[in-house]
Amino acid sequence: MPEQLVFAMEVFLNGLMAGVLYALVALGFVLIYKASGIFNFAQGVMALFAAMTLVGIQKGQVPFAHLINAMLGTHIHHFGWHIHSFIAILLTVGVMILLAWAVQKVVFKHLVGQEPIILFMATIGLAYFLEGFADLMWNSEIKKLDVCMTANACLPQGINIPIDEFTYGIFGYGFFIDNLDITATIVAIILVAALVIFSQYTKQGRAMRAVADDHQAALSVGISLNFIWVLVWSVAGFVALVAGIMWGAKSGVQFSLSLIALKALPVLMLGGFTSIPGAIVGGLIIGVGEKLFEFAIGPMVGGATENWFAYVLALIFLVFRPQGLFGEKIIERV
Amino acid sequence: MSTQESYVTEDGRTIGPTVMEMKNITLRFGGVKAITDISFDIREGEIRAIIGPNGAGKSSMLNVISGFYVPQEGEVWYKGKKRPPMKPYQVAEQGIARTFQNIALFEGMTVLDNVMTGRIRQMNAGLFSQAIWKGKAEQEEIENREFVEKIIDFLEIQHIRKTPVGRLPYGLKKRVELARALAAEPSILLLDEPMAGMNVEEKEDMSRFILDMNDEFGTTIALIEHDMGVVMDLSDRVVVMDYGKKIGDGTPDEVRSNQAVIDAYLGVSHD
Repeated sequence: MPEQLVFAMEVFLNGLMAGVLYALVALGFVLIYKASGIFNFAQGVMALFAAMTLVGIQKGQVPFAHLINAMLGTHIHHFGWHIHSFIAILLTVGVMILLAWAVQKVVFKHLVGQEPIILFMATIGLAYFLEGFADLMWNSEIKKLDVCMTANACLPQGINIPIDEFTYGIFGYGFFIDNLDITATIVAIILVAALVIFSQYTKQGRAMRAVADDHQAALSVGISLNFIWVLVWSVAGFVALVAGIMWGAKSGVQFSLSLIALKALPVLMLGGFTSIPGAIVGGLIIGVGEKLFEFAIGPMVGGATENWFAYVLALIFLVFRPQGLFGEKIIERV
Repeated sequence: MSTQESYVTEDGRTIGPTVMEMKNITLRFGGVKAITDISFDIREGEIRAIIGPNGAGKSSMLNVISGFYVPQEGEVWYKGKKRPPMKPYQVAEQGIARTFQNIALFEGMTVLDNVMTGRIRQMNAGLFSQAIWKGKAEQEEIENREFVEKIIDFLEIQHIRKTPVGRLPYGLKKRVELARALAAEPSILLLDEPMAGMNVEEKEDMSRFILDMNDEFGTTIALIEHDMGVVMDLSDRVVVMDYGKKIGDGTPDEVRSNQAVIDAYLGVSHD
C-alpha cells in the first residue's frame, strides 16, 4: 500500500476522534435549542465551569478563596483534603443541576415568550457572567485535570500500544492514536446511547420531547415547562461536564476551553440545530475534514488550515443547505 | 338552579352531582370584555355544550376552565372546592383534559407517543428508577401502555399507531388529540370545536366517539360548537353565549324555543 495512503488513514482515524469531541460540545447546544428554542452561547463556558469545579472539588480548593482572603485578611486556599474522582464528579453534577435551576429561575423564567434574539443575548451575558464567576470561585490558574478511579487507573493518556503494534504488523508503520481519544469516543457513545434511551423510554424524556414539539399542547397534558427547562439545562450541564473532562484532560483546564464552543458552531450548521444524530455526524465530518484537508492541502498553502477549514465548510453549507444535513426543512407557508 | 341529586336520563345514563361550577366569571382583555358575569355548572357524567355565534366568548370560557386565561372576576369551583388561580399544567394535573380548536399535537412524535403523553399524570416512578429502567418504572410503563392501546382501539386509530402525527390528515389528527385527552382519564374532558373543519362523514364519526366515550367510560364532557344541529343531538344541557353574555341555559329543547337564542342565531333587526 502506498505510504501516503497509510498516512491518510492515520489522519482519518485521528480526525474521527477529534470529531467525537466536537460532537460532544455540539450535543449540548442541540439539547437546549430543541427544548426551548434558546441558542445557548454559554455552552462552552459551561464546559469550562464544569471542569474547573471538578478540579476544585477534587483538590479540596476553597471556593471564593481570593474573595474571602481579601475581605477577612486570611490566607486559606485549600481544605487540605483530596476527594475521590468519582465522588467529585457526582458533586460536580450536583453543582451543574444547581446552576441549571438558577439560570432558569433568575434569567429565563422572566424571558418566556421573548424573541429568539433576546434569549440569545441573554446567553451571551450568561457566558461572560459564568466565566467571571468561575474565575472568582476557583481562581484563574491553568489547572491539570486527572480523573482517577484508583491510584493506578486514571484516564489513560499517550499512544495506544496495541493499535500501534497491530498497524505496524499490517502496514509496516505504527499509527499514533491517543488513548484519551479512544476513551473519549467510548464515553461519547455511551452518553449518546443513554440520552436516546432516556428521551425515548422514560416519562421525563417523553415530556422533554413534547415540550420541544409544542408548548401549548405540553401544558394541556400537565407538563410543567419550567421543570422541563431546568431538566434540559441540567442534562446540557452534564454533557458540558463530560466535554469539559475530555478536553480538560487533553489540554489542561484553562480559559481557552470555553472557545471550543466556537468550534461547535460549524458542526451545528452542518448537522442542523435540531438534530442529535446531526450533531454527531456533523462533528465527525468536521473532525475528519479538517485533519485530511490539513494533511492533503495544508502543505501547499502554508498550513494552519485547521483554523478556518470548519468555518468555510459551514459557509458553503449555509449557501446550499441552510437547514443542515439533518435539520428540519424550513418551509414558509404563504 | 339544578338540584344536586343524581338522576337517570332517558337513554339510561346516570347524571351525578355538580363537578364544576363557574360563578360570575368576567374576563377582560384590556378594555374589551370577552366574558361578562357568566355562571353555569357541569354535572358528573353529562355532556354539556357551550354554543354561540362566532366571537361570543366560547373559547375564552374554555380557556378559563383549563387555566390558560385567569378571569378578573368570579370563582371557579371544582369538586366542591374553590380553585385558586392556577397554571394550565396544574389544572391538567387535577384531571381536566382538553383539545384545541387548531389542534395542538406533538407533530414529530408518533401517534402512540402522543397518546402516551396523556398518561403523564398516572406515571410517578422516580427519576432514578426510570434511569435504570427497573422496578416501578418498568411496571408503570407496561400498565400505561396497555391502557393507551385500549384507547387507541376504541378510537379506531390502530393502523396509524407508529405514524408520526405530522403526516396525518386533519380528521385523524383531531382523533389523535381526542385519544390523548381521553388517555388522561379526565374528570372533565373539554373539547374545543371537535367538529370544526370536518366533512359530514367525519362529523358523524366524531359524534359517535363522543357519545361512546360518555357512555362507556362515563366521561364528563364539556364541548364548544357553533354547529347547532350537532350540539342539539349530542348534549344533555346547553349554555348559549352571545357577545360574552349568557343568553340561555337548559336542555336542548328549552334552548331551542328560547327567543333570545333564536334572535342571536337568526339575527334580529334592531329598529
